[in-house]
Amino acid sequence: MTVMEQRSAYRPAPPPAWQPRTDPAPLLPDAEPYRVLGTKKAEKADPELLRRLYTQLVLGRRYNVQATALTKQGRLAVYPSSTGQEACEVAAAFCLEERDWLFPSYRDTLAVVARGVDPVEALTLLRGDWHSGYDPYEHRVAPLSTPLATQLPHAVGLAHAARLKGDDVVALAMVGDGGTSEGDFHEALNFAAVWQAPVVFLVQNNGFAISVPLAKQTAAPSLAHKAVGYGIPGRLVDGNDAAAVHEVLSDAVRHARAGGGPTLVEAVTYRIDAHTNADDATRYRDDAEVEVWRAHDPIQLLERELTKRGLLDEDGVAAVREEAEAMAARLRERMNQDAPLDPMDMFAHVYAEPTPQLREQQEQLRAELEAEAEEEEAR
Amino acid sequence: MTTVALKPATMAQALTRALRDAMAADPAVHVLGEDVGTLGGVFRITDGLAKEFGDDRCMDTPLAEAGILGAAVGMAMYGLRPVVEMQFDAFAYPAFEQLASHVAKMRNRTRGKMPLPITIRIPYGGGIGGVEHHSDSSEAYYMATPGLHVVTPATVADAYGLLRAAIASDDPVVFLEPKRLYWSKDSWNPDDPQPVEPMGRAVVRRTGTSATLITYGPSVPVCLEAAEAARAEGWDLEVVDLRSLVPFDDETVCASVRRTGRAVVVHEAGSFGGPGGEIAARVTERCFHYLEAPVLRVAGFDIPYPPPMLERYHLPGVDRILDAVARLQWEAES
Repeated sequence: MTVMEQRSAYRPAPPPAWQPRTDPAPLLPDAEPYRVLGTKKAEKADPELLRRLYTQLVLGRRYNVQATALTKQGRLAVYPSSTGQEACEVAAAFCLEERDWLFPSYRDTLAVVARGVDPVEALTLLRGDWHSGYDPYEHRVAPLSTPLATQLPHAVGLAHAARLKGDDVVALAMVGDGGTSEGDFHEALNFAAVWQAPVVFLVQNNGFAISVPLAKQTAAPSLAHKAVGYGIPGRLVDGNDAAAVHEVLSDAVRHARAGGGPTLVEAVTYRIDAHTNADDATRYRDDAEVEVWRAHDPIQLLERELTKRGLLDEDGVAAVREEAEAMAARLRERMNQDAPLDPMDMFAHVYAEPTPQLREQQEQLRAELEAEAEEEEAR
Repeated sequence: MTTVALKPATMAQALTRALRDAMAADPAVHVLGEDVGTLGGVFRITDGLAKEFGDDRCMDTPLAEAGILGAAVGMAMYGLRPVVEMQFDAFAYPAFEQLASHVAKMRNRTRGKMPLPITIRIPYGGGIGGVEHHSDSSEAYYMATPGLHVVTPATVADAYGLLRAAIASDDPVVFLEPKRLYWSKDSWNPDDPQPVEPMGRAVVRRTGTSATLITYGPSVPVCLEAAEAARAEGWDLEVVDLRSLVPFDDETVCASVRRTGRAVVVHEAGSFGGPGGEIAARVTERCFHYLEAPVLRVAGFDIPYPPPMLERYHLPGVDRILDAVARLQWEAES
């Protein structure tokens, strides 16, 4: 037999036919951000829900303004404002049941407060008297996460643990557009998808990661499209349309609770203020761009809808504003009181029991403080 | 009275037994990591656990260490007691942000409201002929991260006892398993594991009068061997097994050094910025007037871990330890 004959006699078995593991079509986000306000769909929206959203949006805006003012008075070390993003913040809190969990990033103080956390305790991190001021178990709100996207795998783990225990708990995790570039974003979405964990990922695409615009952050068609790579649905929503964000998030929460697995929601919005009070946004963007977004303001959008449907009049607007002013006054008053500080706290919670080494250091500081107090007394 | 005969058991078997007993004792204990399920782990430490307790209790995860540890944080938040396996020392680095920024800090951040009882098992150290990234001694990173316990067994009994204690701890524990001791044998009865000293305590493995060798993990057997060899030179060496790097047992270590007046710290990790510097400083600060000589260090060189064909030149061995002991200023006594 010649070599050629041998070759023609060789008939390898074909490899198994390749099949896509998931049909990508149903996972794809809409071509345009989903909107409710100003469309026919708004007529079907629950008036009570719209009123509640509106009140909370106005309160939230006032909270942002007050907190920013507190930085100028030295009462807050720093404040990353969510002005312009209130619809996302409020909807994230409102779409959850009491037993659910919220995993906020550092810009999400409003969502934390809307979930029921004390407005002063929510500011502890930013005031700087402790790293986190509220008991996470009281309202099922994880501490504000400063390292980007690192809270997302926590949400996945918690949701998975809840499911293992047989509890129908959903975790909602919040992250920004910049955070979607982090490895933890990828790992969290992948884990959630593989485990079919009841998690909703809310990306607030506010256009900037401090100064870097989205174009330098990703080449994806949209951030919502990233979901498809993990085999989970991606949803694109107008982040300034409170009714739309609430509807999309509520659907995703329901889907997760029913065992349908995670969803990635991209809410397209805009950070009206600078990154924080310490940032200068004029260095990287034009006022004209900001003005375009000011015209698409989440409060005005909702106010217009409510007024059109006769659910809100001038008195109603005034009443909500009055409520917001009262909230701001209370916040101001409480924040103007000095936070109680005990330097010994620094050693108290590092471990369940301080190590012998920490006890020694604690004693050293105690002695220093006592000497300091004696010196002051002697003066 | 019946006496149960002690059979030889390996450290790997004792670790497996500790995981199994912990899982049987507490349904909150969940094992997760890469290949820990069906395969039983690349070192077979989780062998049989998925079969006995189910895939949910001993869970194969996607291949992503930050995701594994991050998910463990969330599981611990919800009341579970996760035991994470990092496949090799150097493969734990992707999880470092979760470890340093959340695992180590969550209790403190929340003023004790949200403790994270997570055990992170990491096979570490060299001496098994591993290619690059399979032989690191990364304990100094973990020691420098407040909020973590750092524990490493050197005996079969400690492997069981310390792992049970780590899993039972309400604090996060980095549990460093000396991989070259996985197959070391000792008489040990798995059905009647005797209690060991608690986490945080060092143990004198060999008493002596001439000098103290302060060591831990994979270097403990090396130091015991060195102590035997030193008898020929007329030195009677004491060997202290630290067992726990954080918290550090100053009491046991200093009591030994005060007795002997001389000390050498021995570990595989690099010398510069390594655990030995901290240990030598602590001993000097506390035992200065008892010391006949400066505290010396025998450590790995300050190089990236060498390729396997060169590792025997790198690892602290008996000769290098005895050379250090010889430099402990014995002239003054003669």
